[in-house]
Amino acid sequence: MSEKPQFRPADETGVPDHIQYMHPMMVANQANWDYHDRPRPGVLRHVTKDGKELFTVRAGTQRQMDVYTIRKLADIGDDFADGHVRFTTRSNIEFMVEDEAKVAPLIEALQANGFPVGGTGASVSMISHTQGWLHCDIPGTDASGVVKSLMDQLHHEFIDEKMPNRVRITTSCCQINCGGQGDIAINVQYTKPPKINHDLVANVCERPAVVARCPVAAIRPAMVNGKPSLEVDEKKCVCCGACYPPCPPMQINGAESTKIAIWVGGKHSNARSKPTFHKLAVANLPNNAPHWPEVAAVVSKIVNAYKNDAKHWERMGEWIERIGWSRFFEMTDLAFTKHHLDTWTGARKSMNSSAHVHF
Amino acid sequence: MKDGDSVDIENRPTPMLDQLEDGPWPSFVTGLKRLRDTKGASYAPMVNDLLGQLNHSYEERMGFWKGGAVSVFGYGGGIIPRYSEVADMFPASKEFHTLRVMPPPGFHYTTDLLRKMCDIWEKHGSGLIAFHGQSGDIMFQGCTTENTQHAFDELNELGFDLGGAGPALRTAMSCVGQARCEQSCFNEAKAHRGIINRFLDEMHRPALPYKFKFKFSGCGNDCVNAIHRADFAVIGTWRDDIKIDQEKVKAHVAEKGRKYTIDTVVSMCPTRAISLNDDDSMEIDNKSCVRCMHCINVMTKALSPGDDRGASVMIGGKRSLKVGDMMGIMVKPFIRLDTEEDYEELEEFAEACIEFFADNALEHERIGETIDRVGLPTFLEEVGVEVDPNMVNHPRTSSYVRTDDFDDEAAKWFERQALEAGMTVASE
Repeated sequence: MSEKPQFRPADETGVPDHIQYMHPMMVANQANWDYHDRPRPGVLRHVTKDGKELFTVRAGTQRQMDVYTIRKLADIGDDFADGHVRFTTRSNIEFMVEDEAKVAPLIEALQANGFPVGGTGASVSMISHTQGWLHCDIPGTDASGVVKSLMDQLHHEFIDEKMPNRVRITTSCCQINCGGQGDIAINVQYTKPPKINHDLVANVCERPAVVARCPVAAIRPAMVNGKPSLEVDEKKCVCCGACYPPCPPMQINGAESTKIAIWVGGKHSNARSKPTFHKLAVANLPNNAPHWPEVAAVVSKIVNAYKNDAKHWERMGEWIERIGWSRFFEMTDLAFTKHHLDTWTGARKSMNSSAHVHF
Repeated sequence: MKDGDSVDIENRPTPMLDQLEDGPWPSFVTGLKRLRDTKGASYAPMVNDLLGQLNHSYEERMGFWKGGAVSVFGYGGGIIPRYSEVADMFPASKEFHTLRVMPPPGFHYTTDLLRKMCDIWEKHGSGLIAFHGQSGDIMFQGCTTENTQHAFDELNELGFDLGGAGPALRTAMSCVGQARCEQSCFNEAKAHRGIINRFLDEMHRPALPYKFKFKFSGCGNDCVNAIHRADFAVIGTWRDDIKIDQEKVKAHVAEKGRKYTIDTVVSMCPTRAISLNDDDSMEIDNKSCVRCMHCINVMTKALSPGDDRGASVMIGGKRSLKVGDMMGIMVKPFIRLDTEEDYEELEEFAEACIEFFADNALEHERIGETIDRVGLPTFLEEVGVEVDPNMVNHPRTSSYVRTDDFDDEAAKWFERQALEAGMTVASE
């Protein structure tokens, strides 16, 4: 018997204690904050109950960072922010300084190193996104690439606060929608049923689990060319791709058939209106890397219509609810089609059962 | 290849990716090229081939990774294995696994810690790290199967642990919270660490029917998107009155104007609970207020949450697979979060929900779907929560229900009401 390899047993430390990494000013003033304001785009000023100030400078990153980028950010953190940083939910980095005089040179250092300062208040913040072609096993498109391209285009709205309220954009590389809900959600939408490699199904897929995964019961076991496989009732299939992760031989992606849909009016916050899901604005846009120009054009139209027409503090969905969907489609030059009528369970709740009509 | 070996390898052509290097936003492509061009680095050939494969994806408009099974000693989850389907063309990145590592609550780091993470990842991985994935994890992306254990060992020595993957308790997220936000209504990090670290076994050895996610937001602004994305969302709130500093209200009106204040604060209150008096002081009907946070967001100096703080718990948020999108349902309108016992009570409720999920969910079913299947009353009974009108937008509209025990249920309601009012009831 050969000796078993010696592994180091894991120390199941779990979630680390954040206090050891937190800026000392924040450690000392937990739950002692009085108010905040924003002296300029990209900068927050938090004031404690006893009048001490903490300035936060927020900058955009590419999220998927090489060690050189991270070390550069660490250097800036050492030079200006006492060696402490934090990240936001949307992959922006924040530097905290107590001395207001450090704010301007910190902003300068970030900008000089290519990190846009902004993403606060009524801005278009960093797009939340996923892995895409870089790392995911089921993606219909890339994530970092679409985001880089869109953020180049939206850069001026990131570094300023000229929107009616904050704009949260997300991208997702499949219909599972890891990017999440957004004021604007840019999501892959498959348009063809899966293409099955029957030679592989029996060996790769747990067939009953795949049958169970289908939301419309369109998959059933079948013998194909003498081999146990699966078949799809293409009339029932909604092309959601749910069968593809548990059964990769059911290829859902195609260079031409994988399209992009844009959704609007999702909102996480409870402020004013209750949280909402995003709703379909347009489908069937081409998956046109590396710049996705058709997607970028629609995003730009929607952002501009909202910017020009919404009232201060109205989020995208609240604005559309006020002006009505007819006006939204008119202002954005998008088509309203039968595919905008929901057909899923609970669809009736999305229909207008009143005499309220926008003209 | 060992560190220090200098082998000149030809750069993979990346004509599609090269187009993503211009423009004002930081470019991940430029970052990857910096790694590729690091002379003598063990990861340089891997990143070169990664760039090649990514460019290939851009040209073919298809992804070329497949999953598999890779883990570290003693754990069943936390690594996302990736094997290239085009390894014949790009052999150096044929294994490109990700380590999901749990971040500190609130995503705080020292620069020293970031550098140590970079050093470990240069030694064992690709040099590419994402802060953070959508699950909240630090994503150490790009590791060979052999190096996965070494990378984990060093990160673990640094005080960090793997997050969740597969049918398991997942990595949680919390907002910056009371560390820097005056709107925070509880100690988000304390609740976050308390709950996750209590159930680590469910994270590291996946045995649940499907994923289970916790998220912690200090107020209704829900900066970590808990209601849509968490099976168990903890959202800060308060029970007493909004605090008003009338002098600062007047200063706000003087600065912004009366019309602007009425348009953006009074008219936007979802329950018409606010009015502006003739002397520019503000009146709030706190019984009608739903703690939405809007007026406090606009008037950060004049208004703030009350003192009787805690959290609401909402259960069952998830995205589409497979019955459609769900937001969490309000299940605990208020848990006071002040003392150790309060946090212990929250942890115990979390435990009851995880147990209900483990016992009752079907394979690949999220708890929200289980609740839809068995009905909210059954879930509430199982986890020991009494019904509350705050759980619904409105009572049922369908008459198809058997109500022969209605009087008994009504008696329970009145008894609970009496107990809460401090009265003695017959059953005591």
